[in-house]
Amino acid sequence: MKDTRTGGAARGAAMVVGGGIAGMQAALDMANAGFYVYLVERSPAIGGAMAQLDKTFPTNDCSM
Amino acid sequence: MSLSGEAGNLTVTVRRHPRYVDVEKCIACGLCAEKCPKKVDDAYNENLIPRKAVYVPYSQAVPLKYAIDAQHCIYLQKGKCGACEKHCPSGAINFKDTEKTVEINVGSVILAPGFRSFDPGRLDHYAYGTCPDVVTALEFERILSATGPYGGHLLRPSSMKGKKATGAAPRKIAWLQCVGSRDQNRCANGYCSSVCCMFAVKQAVMAKDHAHDPLECAIFYMDLRTQGKDFDRYAEKARSNGVRFVAARIHTVDWRPGTADLGLRYVDEGGQLHEESFDMVVLSTGLEVNPAAVDLAENLGVDLDRHHFVATDSFHPVATSRPGVFACGVFTGPKDIPQSVMEASAAACAATEPLAAARHTCTRQVRVPDERDVRREAPRIGVFVCNCGINIGGVVRVPEVAAYARTLPAVVYVEENLFTCSQDTQDKMAGVIRDQRLNRVVVAACTPRTHEPLFQETLVAAGLNKYLVEMANIRNQDSWVHADNPDAATVKAKDLVRMAAAKAFLASPLQETDLPVDRGALVVGGGIAGLTAALALSRQGYPVHLVDRDKALGGQARRLNTAFQGEPVGAFLEEKIRQVQADERIHVHLETTVAGVEGFVGNFETTLHAKDGSTTVRHGVALLATGAEEYRPSEYLYRQHPAVVTQLEMDALLRQDDVHIDQANDVVFIQCVGSRNAQRPYCSKVCCTHSIKNALAVKARNPEANVYILYRDIRTYGTREDLYRQAREAGILFFRCAPEDPPRVQSAGGRVEVVFADPILGRRMAVEADLLCLATAIVAPAETELARLFKVPLDADGWLLEAHQKLRPVEFATEGVFLCGMCHYPKPIEESIAQAQAAAAKALTVLASDTIRVGGVVSYIDPRYCSGCLGCIQVCPYAAITYDPEARVAVVNQALCKGCGACAAACPSEAPVLLGFSNPQLYAQIRSAVAA
Repeated sequence: MKDTRTGGAARGAAMVVGGGIAGMQAALDMANAGFYVYLVERSPAIGGAMAQLDKTFPTNDCSM
Repeated sequence: MSLSGEAGNLTVTVRRHPRYVDVEKCIACGLCAEKCPKKVDDAYNENLIPRKAVYVPYSQAVPLKYAIDAQHCIYLQKGKCGACEKHCPSGAINFKDTEKTVEINVGSVILAPGFRSFDPGRLDHYAYGTCPDVVTALEFERILSATGPYGGHLLRPSSMKGKKATGAAPRKIAWLQCVGSRDQNRCANGYCSSVCCMFAVKQAVMAKDHAHDPLECAIFYMDLRTQGKDFDRYAEKARSNGVRFVAARIHTVDWRPGTADLGLRYVDEGGQLHEESFDMVVLSTGLEVNPAAVDLAENLGVDLDRHHFVATDSFHPVATSRPGVFACGVFTGPKDIPQSVMEASAAACAATEPLAAARHTCTRQVRVPDERDVRREAPRIGVFVCNCGINIGGVVRVPEVAAYARTLPAVVYVEENLFTCSQDTQDKMAGVIRDQRLNRVVVAACTPRTHEPLFQETLVAAGLNKYLVEMANIRNQDSWVHADNPDAATVKAKDLVRMAAAKAFLASPLQETDLPVDRGALVVGGGIAGLTAALALSRQGYPVHLVDRDKALGGQARRLNTAFQGEPVGAFLEEKIRQVQADERIHVHLETTVAGVEGFVGNFETTLHAKDGSTTVRHGVALLATGAEEYRPSEYLYRQHPAVVTQLEMDALLRQDDVHIDQANDVVFIQCVGSRNAQRPYCSKVCCTHSIKNALAVKARNPEANVYILYRDIRTYGTREDLYRQAREAGILFFRCAPEDPPRVQSAGGRVEVVFADPILGRRMAVEADLLCLATAIVAPAETELARLFKVPLDADGWLLEAHQKLRPVEFATEGVFLCGMCHYPKPIEESIAQAQAAAAKALTVLASDTIRVGGVVSYIDPRYCSGCLGCIQVCPYAAITYDPEARVAVVNQALCKGCGACAAACPSEAPVLLGFSNPQLYAQIRSAVAA
């Protein structure tokens, strides 16, 4: 399989490796700034370690 | 994964593992897992309970689609079984799925592979792995969670073993800090994991909250490292709520098999030996880089440091050694969620900077059909009732609900679906809307929180205004909670559908309009954060007004010598300033202050005051980077004795090669001067590292000098711990002083005598110091006018208060205004730079769109009913309502309104109309609810 939408010198697309809280945030920010983003995650779902946490400090919100 | 090409144009080869479930077809009904005979350890629950070989990792997983764990699947391993395939109602199981190699062409890559929790199974002295009641921090996190192995009940794992186990709650829990961190002997992790002190405090607080009977919680720590924003307050609150903090590192957990006794022995600071037993022990396990991530870095040619974190320099916190590849999160060093989120945004900013010219070239615009005007049509409501597989249909009698819906006023069409949300149903629904000329739609299914946008899209595709759909949640609010009572659940489903139809009957199309966005940015503050943000925005192609009240750019960084890894600040700062001054897109306004702010996101108009008069600038976003100040102490003979200096003055002495340093016999540092006290109950975060750095600099220059650091907790978090170790190796002496017995300083001729209690020796010590350096607090500027002008809040300590510490760490509730640097909280240079890049990234999400969309579900205040009481203005959390003194009524700025409805609820005369949730609609819904 080959991605065919190749542009000129710099590509208007980026890749994020890892779909935890950091990877998701980076992907969202780039997409919202006008770039196509490929988010690559090893496991069947995004969320990472934060999804395992019950509450998070210092606000005690639910991590979901 | 492999990488070729140059920064800006990289080809990444990615291996896509087979999932064996077609995500287009999977409807997440769960039948496959129900029928799967194979039980597997559930990694999400830290292997405390099993899951099936076909699974979703957790109930809120995205995508909510099943996957087959090939290593454990009986069919994939042995060629027989196939129970999931047999029972799948949508034919989603595909055992023939194969691994694929995909080549993807991108401009930049961001690495965010995260961490793994240290495995204490490698150590044998904590009884971990032998006693089930010794658990890791992540295991304890799962135990506390409502979706965890015990349904959120705090129980000792040993009491859950065996078929008839009913569980027993712990009475006394100990947290042992620094397991797998700050330890070079029993593991190779010499660094501090930065987050464990806080998560232990949080877990102790939460455990007490969960416990029905009195629960004792004790945290055994070396230094309590709660250096983040609001963290010390949190720890102090825990302490006053009975969480016990013991300064001791526990070596061994003694457990006699067959008993519930976990014995800990420790020596307190007075040298007294204690033995104490607990019935549960939580190991505060540290963070480490996953070996797979180490391999990934090697594959991609990205350098790592000696702890396997990405090697970054303090001035480029998200750049790696390979151009075009960036990194964020724990991969660049141990850090908490707020810092990870900021760094992620920073990486987004840095990674797209070289691609700015190609912005919008790979994204696609969605085309939509013209909207049908339905305002003059009588309501024609279509109702779609969803079975959600067996989720709803297994409890609620859906055909009965559908038949009932046909009897409701204005309902002209009713349909039952197995899965209303599936793509083929959506296509069909759009066709039905057109064919039946529906102008209102009710979907009786699940929650609007997750699915309303999907149905709104379908309406748009069918040429209807997206606000003409109404959802009745007959799953979460009905079939799930009344699974044991199908009759009552069916009645309730009818009630919910009737109410939704009554509200939909009165629904009207809502307008959204696009307002243009001004492309410029205003950055207030020309310190390191402001300079970084200004350059980041300019390099992405946007003009910047950079304002500073000083005569020169640079801020507090002008007074610093080095960043924590030894990088010289001066040269870096000069280069930054030079770049800003040479940048054609950056307009620098020195000796200038902000005098007035008008407008809203995308359209601000700000008045700047300078010596030579006022100017008004238009800008789409504003970034506040106004910094902080050094506390000027009144204690410890400061400004009364020449031997007493502040940390920044010490930097100056070192910079100027001052003879006092070379001639000194004894140099004393006192930590927390003005921090962590009643007046300023926060940690200034940088001073421990700063003192140690300066102490090492003194030692390097004058090895004969005795250097003493008097501290409360040494907070060299992350890889700064290496500096602390170096300092002890260099012979720098550390003494812990209790806050209730601080050091005393008196004049002794040209020197000062410092007297302090050493708890380990149990006696008072006196040192005659040639130089006494006070690690003074960082304080917020007294000036708060700017915050008022931008309508942004300050916290109790005077720091600018972000919208949310984790979710929105550089934003305010007021859209289009962002913050970075020390005006947010004291922080070291690399964190200021990362936060500045993050604020720029957020600002770019506004600037990159030509327009902002306003309208939809927003409030409108009907001037005929408004009495001008100002009640709505006080409750509006977004400062979206202003008072028009001429008309003497309140007016909503719809660009600022978020549609929360607080004004509509507060108004005694029902003047505000929350569009889409108008009072007539809500009354109709309520009348319908009680009409049954």
